Amino acid sequence: MGGSLVRPVLLILSMYVFLKFVVPNIPGSAPLPSSLIFLYLMLTTTGIVIFATLSRESKDAFFAPILNFLTGENIGAMQAARYGFLILFPLLVGWQTYGSTATSDAPPAENRTIHPAPPGEYTGLSNPVSKTPENIMQGKGFYAAFCSPCHGGKFDGKGPAARGFNPPPANFSDPTTIAMLQESYLFWRIKKGGVGLPIEGMPWKSAMPRWEVELPDEWIWKIIMGEYDGAHQSPRTWE
Amino acid sequence: MMQRPGMIERLIRFITESPAAVAAFVATLGVLAAPVVGLAADSGGASAVAYRDVPGIGSRNLVWIVAQLHLLLAGFVLGVPIFAWLCEIVGWKSGEKRYDKLAKEFTKLLSSAYSTTALFGGILLFILIGAYPKLMAYLSDIFFPSFMVYCALFLLETATLYMYWYGWDAMSEGRSKVFHLVLGFLLNVFAFFIMIIPNSWATFQASPVVIAEGSDMARAWAATWNPTWWPVNIHRLIANVVLGGYICGAYAGIRYLSARTPEEREHYDWMGYVGNFIGVFGLLPLPFAGYWLMREIYQYNQQMGITLMGGFLSWLFILQAMLIGVLFIGSNYYFWMGITHRIPGSELRYRRPILAMLVILLLCLGVWMTPHSLVASLEEARKMGGTHHPLLGVFGVMSAKMTVSNLMILVTFMSFIMYWRAGKEDTATWAKLANAVMGGVLVIAGIVVVVLGVWGYFVPAIVRINYFSTSQVLLVIFVMVTITPLTALLLKSAKTTTEMVWGKMPPRAGYSLVLNAIMVILLMTLMGYARSSSRVHWHVYGVMRDSSQYAFSPALGYAAALMAANTFMFCLIVAFIFWVATMGDKAKNTHGGKEKSGDGHGALPAMAGGSQTLDKQI
Repeated sequence: MGGSLVRPVLLILSMYVFLKFVVPNIPGSAPLPSSLIFLYLMLTTTGIVIFATLSRESKDAFFAPILNFLTGENIGAMQAARYGFLILFPLLVGWQTYGSTATSDAPPAENRTIHPAPPGEYTGLSNPVSKTPENIMQGKGFYAAFCSPCHGGKFDGKGPAARGFNPPPANFSDPTTIAMLQESYLFWRIKKGGVGLPIEGMPWKSAMPRWEVELPDEWIWKIIMGEYDGAHQSPRTWE
Repeated sequence: MMQRPGMIERLIRFITESPAAVAAFVATLGVLAAPVVGLAADSGGASAVAYRDVPGIGSRNLVWIVAQLHLLLAGFVLGVPIFAWLCEIVGWKSGEKRYDKLAKEFTKLLSSAYSTTALFGGILLFILIGAYPKLMAYLSDIFFPSFMVYCALFLLETATLYMYWYGWDAMSEGRSKVFHLVLGFLLNVFAFFIMIIPNSWATFQASPVVIAEGSDMARAWAATWNPTWWPVNIHRLIANVVLGGYICGAYAGIRYLSARTPEEREHYDWMGYVGNFIGVFGLLPLPFAGYWLMREIYQYNQQMGITLMGGFLSWLFILQAMLIGVLFIGSNYYFWMGITHRIPGSELRYRRPILAMLVILLLCLGVWMTPHSLVASLEEARKMGGTHHPLLGVFGVMSAKMTVSNLMILVTFMSFIMYWRAGKEDTATWAKLANAVMGGVLVIAGIVVVVLGVWGYFVPAIVRINYFSTSQVLLVIFVMVTITPLTALLLKSAKTTTEMVWGKMPPRAGYSLVLNAIMVILLMTLMGYARSSSRVHWHVYGVMRDSSQYAFSPALGYAAALMAANTFMFCLIVAFIFWVATMGDKAKNTHGGKEKSGDGHGALPAMAGGSQTLDKQI
């Protein structure tokens, strides 16, 4: 009994092992959050149920062992396991309920918006500094002086001070960060820093200084050019 | 014993079967209400009242609910005539009466829903005038000419629908049938303009074009032709077909589940298939239209684009991915069940290709649903080095999403092709070559779509958006326009090895049709909220600020609850409309059944497979 259930159960277990233990050990990877593991396991289970219910025969073969187990018909030696399930299932539900309602000192999961919308006055801006090799070099120089301690000399978010910050400084060489944004967006973020973020961006969570008090606008525009050039990325444009 | 319908029943049937009367009533109210709006703008006292609240529920929530219900009903009413008319043409051209019958059945649902749509439109207008007088005065000042055009179109649409529905049987042969088809065409033309005029009002609020000089007509025209008007028009037109198709599919699914005779099962099984096909037909180009719309919004205003795609509304797009994913999987599941149940003995042959398609769909959905910023506890975020996963974070951006959505479209298209070819054997001498060409085109297109998707990370955003994403879409379209005619040519000479048997689908097929319809409704409520919320605290973006007590964006959980409530209410309304629409059929069937059987005991309905007699036959 239950032969048709062995493969689906093994598949789900293999998927869990892959996500929990294999993916984190791939070079350059990290452990997956439980929300993502749950999502992928749900997709796997959905696939199994869909495939098993395509025809009457496969549906019966898939559900018959489950129904037999629940009703106790023709399960032979599995009878003890059925009683065990009867006792364990309410305990499992109780444990889950306790776990989700008990007082905990763990902070809630984060839902911080990394790239919140900029204020209206910054949306139409374009870089007034001409894109010459000299200006780019100068921008890289300013970057090395003011930004690289956190964002790294290689623009990868791994500067010497980076380890002290949570959330960590942005990795500009990642194609999913500054390459997705317009130059005006970076101008706003550099100028106003962490404290200038709107509520959904959680201003108190960013240690980014408010550079407008130290740097003139022209320097900031040059830094932006240096960042894009150094990280081998291009800003989002519409032309 | 036959019961005479009661007063309420007769009233309901009069309202639902006389869309012209109700629509004309609402249109007249609209015309009458327009000067009231004008007066509100003229009088100094009225302009002082900017907002009126509705106790308990709040004016914003009330407008939200009524506007959403009106929009959903309108989507159905404007989408159904397109494929009802196409079905009628197919029936007329091929001489197959079942297509004509199907078109008439679609139109019956349409005529019943039309008056309810008009009623909700009227209610929405009154609530807007009452609760937002200042905004309405402003919009009326700009759009008054188009209000008049809209009312005129509404009357024309109503008269056309009246003639189209009530003249169906009288105009069923010869030249009068051609005239009937012309009426169907006009119905769609008027419906299209009825859709795009209010679209101009809504899109103006998001991307306004305001000119201070010129005539009233010039100002109205400039405001109408705003940057997001056409993207929304195209997106809504396609979405309406999808909504109409899936709702008709759900109607067929429910009728199939409650069928009492094998003939009914056959008919509603077939109707469910057609509904699902129409839904899928619209679903395939829908992501392209949505992508274009989002591109235009982003280009129009960076703030609005980021609010939607990267800001606090970005989580809605993860929900959207889930809903679209369920829709794709549900539609494919229905196709696959069609192969295994309607074509006896085909299960073993198609099991492997179906498994391959299912795996690809789930992998794509996994990528589509992976957010850029992950929900993680503090500890998990520390281990990842932030809320972006260093490896899977790349799935969270548009290059990956566009790639997998194109692949899902390709797989769904191939599901349909497989269904089309199932139970048939090629006899053409060039069949091998054609199959090799089709296989080659499909594989090469799939590989190129993935390569462009990966390459998209290494080029400037504008290159990806303007060239790579467009190329991916063109490739998918190329696959469709290559494989569809080739398959049609092959099937012309193909030998049918196994006849398709209708009415053999299991109850879960009916439920999957209902699920698909609910997914589409939820999607429309979700995206309706996203479009409206992207204006944040502006009635008219950058022009007229929302200074009411509701000038804040509701929490996503609160919004989700209201979307779910809207979906539930819409389903209730649709169920009520369908119940009324089929009241006459049931009375006829009961009467006919009694005459045939001579006894008063009908079989139990097969809802959820509950009919032992009918289920034993399959």
